[in-house]
Amino acid sequence: MSEKLITNTDAPHHAGSRDGEAPRPARKAAGTAELPLAKAINAGLRKAMGDDSKVLLMGEDIGPLGGVFRVTEGLQAEFGEKRVLDTPLAESGIIGTAIGLAMRGYRPVCEIQFDGFIFPGFDQITSQLAKMTNRHEGQVQMPVVIRVPYGGHIGAVEHHQESPEAYFAHTPGLRLVSPSTPNDAYWMIQEACRSNDPVMFFEPKSRYWHKGPVDLTGSAAPLHASRVVRTGSEVTLVGHGAMVTVLLQAAELAAAEGTSVEVIDLRSLSPIDYSPIIASVRKTGRLIVASEAPGFVSVSSEIAATVTEAAFYSLEAPVLRVSGFDAPFPPAGLETIYLPDADRVLEAVDRAMAY
Amino acid sequence: MAESVEMVQLLSADGVMQSGATAEEYLPYIEKLSDDELRQFHRDMVVIRRFDVEAANLQRQGQLGLWVPSMGQEAAQVGSARAARDHDHIFPAYREHAVAMVRGVDVLGIIGLLRGTTHGGWNPAESKNFHLYTLVIASQTLHATGYAMGIALDGLHATGDPDKDEAVIVYFGDGATSQGDLNEALVFAASYQTPQVFFLQNNHWAISVPVSVQSRVPLVQRASGFGIPGVQVDGNDVLASFAVTAKNLDEARSGAGPRFIEALTYRVGAHTSSDDPTKYRTDAELQSWIARDPITRFETWLRSRGEGDAFFAAVDEEAEDFAADIRTRTHELGTPSIDKMFDHVYSDPHPVTAAQKQWLEDYEASMGSDS
Repeated sequence: MSEKLITNTDAPHHAGSRDGEAPRPARKAAGTAELPLAKAINAGLRKAMGDDSKVLLMGEDIGPLGGVFRVTEGLQAEFGEKRVLDTPLAESGIIGTAIGLAMRGYRPVCEIQFDGFIFPGFDQITSQLAKMTNRHEGQVQMPVVIRVPYGGHIGAVEHHQESPEAYFAHTPGLRLVSPSTPNDAYWMIQEACRSNDPVMFFEPKSRYWHKGPVDLTGSAAPLHASRVVRTGSEVTLVGHGAMVTVLLQAAELAAAEGTSVEVIDLRSLSPIDYSPIIASVRKTGRLIVASEAPGFVSVSSEIAATVTEAAFYSLEAPVLRVSGFDAPFPPAGLETIYLPDADRVLEAVDRAMAY
Repeated sequence: MAESVEMVQLLSADGVMQSGATAEEYLPYIEKLSDDELRQFHRDMVVIRRFDVEAANLQRQGQLGLWVPSMGQEAAQVGSARAARDHDHIFPAYREHAVAMVRGVDVLGIIGLLRGTTHGGWNPAESKNFHLYTLVIASQTLHATGYAMGIALDGLHATGDPDKDEAVIVYFGDGATSQGDLNEALVFAASYQTPQVFFLQNNHWAISVPVSVQSRVPLVQRASGFGIPGVQVDGNDVLASFAVTAKNLDEARSGAGPRFIEALTYRVGAHTSSDDPTKYRTDAELQSWIARDPITRFETWLRSRGEGDAFFAAVDEEAEDFAADIRTRTHELGTPSIDKMFDHVYSDPHPVTAAQKQWLEDYEASMGSDS
């Protein structure tokens, strides 16, 4: 398949990192707030609901409790029970009724409580929601957002630390995005609410409590644009969600060892904005794709294959993947072993450089 | 374990109007019908049965990949569909050919589904809100419930004006009662008190599995467990199906909450043209239901009221013409455009489908010039 098939040339990208582990000054410029990622989503939802009376929230425990992660805290009190629906405990029911509400002209934002609990809704997402516009030959739109807290690093029990993105990325008709910073979370949730297509909004739950500056008065970057968050010249690292923080740590460590690493935050998993990735690989000649998900048939596999097709002659080394293992997410006592950390990324950097 | 349930029946199997307390409750809905409206019930049932036969023939002749027969279920479908108001929304499963026709769908769209020219076939917004067929069993019950939640959020039920109040009716079969989605739909409907009628056509067979495997109790009894009033109706009695549905739809639209109707009927034909019902059910059972045929019964009653041969002959001729027109237009259905594959995967522009469409166009063009 030719490069034009996979390159989203319309999507601009933006350089410059706002995240990372390094402490930053508490910048409080006009219109800028220092918010944890969960609060940034909350603020974005509040804005989206204020902008469009058809946006409504539905999910388990999202009303008075504000969701198990408090992402919707205060929204029912502010907008009422007709805009923030505490639903019965049934994921298929949440997605299936959201489809009917979308047919009626609403723009439902569904909260799935944890990544591993999305599967009771899998049929409604993949066989119904994703195909509804196509089945109707464009006569019906499906502006439904599905928010999914995902990923590990929180020491939780089974089904609470998974990364199920690939199941949905494989399904035509869905759009998948994942913010890694509070600023992106604030803007991307609003853009997701504006989309006329279903958007799966994967929230890196281990980042919920990390603060970052949120530009409340700016404008949204394109929802499906990837972004260079650290420039470098020898190796390109690509990841999304909480993995971006790990990649930035790895880049810092690599720099100390004398290797210049570029880091790209995917932001969008479907479609993937390949322009910055391919441009970067043409410069560095080396690509490492990292994610918490198991590597077999993953978003990382797809990127590896596509970049190999598109930039084969620029590659100095095979595209490498750093991923969770192809085993069920382990008991939390093993999660630091299972989840890729900066050292695992650096091991791949060393292999790529040695080629 | 199963308690007896009183089934609403207005016309006996031999076409005699019933009396008694239950009938009295529903007869006012029938008394309001004009002679023309009653004749239309017969016309609907006869035409859709002839359509069903024609489509089955087309399948056997290789013109359709598959056919889904509706024979035997005409009264349940026509009665309930005629009870809905034009502004109501109807969510079918995939055997509701009579409901589709009553709502003004060009049923060639159903032919297109089974000939492989479309996954849709009609625009619900232009078909008196008759939504698309849904093939995954019970999935549509949740869409219907969500839609009804939307009506309630819009405040367009319980206004006190039945001409303005909207309602939803969703069709499903006995097999669907075992699915999680229907049970979740009933939970949501009860929680949000949706203006909605759940219309179960119990045709006694989910492909080869009898309803006794789906449930140890009459299915209508399931409703009360969800806090939803339920009623069982003779689904081969078009008058009872009409009256019971009209009453329950109006209760739902008035704000009384969701309703559940179990219509007892029978799938006289196979599940689909790929099925062989002689492998799993007896001829005696089939014959016992043919003896309760909905069209014969209603014709008997119409004749008893003085309807003459001329009317029935005219309807038969109309049905023949309808079938001939379907046959002609089936042959005229072309190959779907490649655009259909790409253009509506997403509503907003999408780089992957756009690029793959372009690639395919270039590929096809590169192949086609010298053939």
